[in-house]
Amino acid sequence: MDSIVSLITQPLVLELLITLVKIGFILGLTIGFFAPMLAWVERKQSAIMQDRVGANRAGVFGITVIGLLHSLADAIKLIFKEDFIPRGAERGLHTLAPVIAIIPSLVVFAVIPFGGQYTLWGHEVNLVIADLDVGLLYVFAIGSLATYGVVIAGWSSNNNWSLLGGLRASAQMFSYEVTMGLTVIGLVMFYQSLSLVDIVAKQENFWHWGIIWHFPAFVLFLGCAVAENKRVPFDAPEAEAELVAGYFTEYSGMKFVMFWTAEFLEMVSISGMCVALFLGGHHIPFVTQKFLLTAFGDLLGQDIGAVVVMLIGVGVFITKLVILLVLQMTIRWTMPRFRYDQIMKLGWKMILPLSLCWIFLVGVGILTGVMPRP
Amino acid sequence: MREEDKERGYDFHKASHTETMTINMGPSHPATHGTVKFFLTLDGETIEDIDVEIGYLHRAFEKECEAQKWNGVFPYTDRLDYTASVLNNVGYAMAAEKLIGIEVPERCKYLRTMISEMARMSGHYTNVGAGALELGALTAFIYFIEARELLWDLIESICGARLTHNYVRIGGLTNDLPDGFRENVKRVFAKNRKLWDDFDIMLTKNRIFLDRMRDTGGISQKDAIAWGFTGPCLRAAGVPYDVRRAQPYLMYDRMNFDIPVGSTGDNFDRYLVRMEEIKQSMSIVEQCLEQMPEGPINVDDARWRMPSKDDSSTKMEPLIFHFKQIIEGQSIPAGEAYQAVEGANGELGFYLVSNGGGKPWKCRVRPPSFALTSALPLLVKGSMLADLIPTFDMINLIGGECDR
Repeated sequence: MDSIVSLITQPLVLELLITLVKIGFILGLTIGFFAPMLAWVERKQSAIMQDRVGANRAGVFGITVIGLLHSLADAIKLIFKEDFIPRGAERGLHTLAPVIAIIPSLVVFAVIPFGGQYTLWGHEVNLVIADLDVGLLYVFAIGSLATYGVVIAGWSSNNNWSLLGGLRASAQMFSYEVTMGLTVIGLVMFYQSLSLVDIVAKQENFWHWGIIWHFPAFVLFLGCAVAENKRVPFDAPEAEAELVAGYFTEYSGMKFVMFWTAEFLEMVSISGMCVALFLGGHHIPFVTQKFLLTAFGDLLGQDIGAVVVMLIGVGVFITKLVILLVLQMTIRWTMPRFRYDQIMKLGWKMILPLSLCWIFLVGVGILTGVMPRP
Repeated sequence: MREEDKERGYDFHKASHTETMTINMGPSHPATHGTVKFFLTLDGETIEDIDVEIGYLHRAFEKECEAQKWNGVFPYTDRLDYTASVLNNVGYAMAAEKLIGIEVPERCKYLRTMISEMARMSGHYTNVGAGALELGALTAFIYFIEARELLWDLIESICGARLTHNYVRIGGLTNDLPDGFRENVKRVFAKNRKLWDDFDIMLTKNRIFLDRMRDTGGISQKDAIAWGFTGPCLRAAGVPYDVRRAQPYLMYDRMNFDIPVGSTGDNFDRYLVRMEEIKQSMSIVEQCLEQMPEGPINVDDARWRMPSKDDSSTKMEPLIFHFKQIIEGQSIPAGEAYQAVEGANGELGFYLVSNGGGKPWKCRVRPPSFALTSALPLLVKGSMLADLIPTFDMINLIGGECDR
């Protein structure tokens, strides 16, 4: 027993354990909570917007919990579905593609801070899995890997519709990757850091929030994010009326679920990015973390107080995340779909020049002192 | 291949070692919903060639009619344009009445006009809503489906059926209006006008929708006439031809309504024309209800219209006619007649030939969507694959009507 305690209290092991807990938390939050909840929100929100009743059938002994059990029923149904690989398909790549699609959206979360830094029982806890100096670059590098999953899925299925979907997806995701990267350059200039932890820390004061100084960039970024996630109005790669189901036409069972989950997780991770970059991360407007720490520290004692403040921070982060997700859902259920060439035109001829303009304006603002850097 | 390349004798495909892709779109494809197949040749996403293959819903309607007694054809006509089935009923009944040479009572004419317009609304709701759906705007679609459901509640209260109404008979109708119908119409139309406004707000000025519909699938006035276009698609091209105005039938000459006309003939104009027609139809229904006189709904002639149950079970002559009609069918005098009505898609014509027997000798239908579908290659060749979707939807191929 003593040996275990002494092992745990060794700094390196403790660090490892804390990181594992954080990874567990993030995985639980995304796959365990957000993926099934978003499936439910998508159904229920669309039902409310469309004046319908919505999901309310699946239930245990008549208890339906406002349709929440549908996600569970879906999961059970899809696990038992036949895993079908079409004749002539590239078996290996066909199986690999959903994995490649889902992993980037998960690992992006490694650098997104979901809380601040706290001192608990004399130990520093930083609520981010990996505080990388080049966090933003890491996000874009990993994000572009997601394209491969989609393209490989489209190509390996041996189906012309899938191929067309994969082609559309590759062109669209590549274009918007570039544009999305450019929309955040202004922020990097403003906060003078590529680390998301740094950027969040500098947004403690409400008047330094990204959305206050960079509202145009926020709009452009969100637009690119929706395009990057291939959601309506940018869902040309899967456009069900044109391409049957686009790149995942030939997928069934759990592989289909992986694509579907990947889409939701991309939404969550991109919203997490948005919260960290533009909406001040875990910060509450006009309330500093120091104030919270003293207030709760006086009330509950230093360490317990810090735990409470930490939980509040995580809660605030998730709340902001949910607001962004609902916004994206609302867009999804309001708009019709772009045509593929219109998407490309929008990306290259409108959003790209606009984001370049914005970089120029931010540069001028910083040099002339109109935009005081935090 | 681009035109200028062709002139230079430069073959892009050969030079870049690429080929066109041939692909079967349909019959099981979400956009063609089992009724049609397109054989596409794609250059990237551009449609180089398209071959439309119809006939997946062919039920030998015309031949089947020859085996039915005159009144037995009505359930089959329901299944022509099944989104606006009473219109087919009315067209067939009027052609048969023309053949006999009888005139139905005034109230019957008003009722037929009214329910025709309700059917037109139902057809347009389906068409415009499904168009939105296929462009990804599911919410707008559900709004119009709700409007259609409410409308179908009204139709159900008249004739008991929601989709295939089977309401009209030669020389009359099956039922008169139920009690409280006027109040229900008032309530439903108030709600439908609100849904129309919501739909309008969501799509008509939506930039994405506009981009998808504007300048796609366009056709010139001259081509539209040459290809035999009728209905909303012809009017969208700028030709104000409407059977209700050109050859007024039923009570349309007493109705006050506008015929919306487009200018460019593209999908957006087709959409706008249909949207306006929904409004005009609502107004016609209200005018009908206002002007409608009391009176009988069937011709008072037992040779053509089935005598009432009371009469045929108490009186001698009605019993004989009842028996004759059931066993032999009405013996409509030999001859031929063509009667066109303005269907939801355009001019819906019935050409009937009788040789004096109890069954039609020949029943030929002029389906509007057949002519429209045959022009589809003209509309989409050279445009993108994605443009095929709104164009095909605004053409509104109804399998039952086109294939018969």
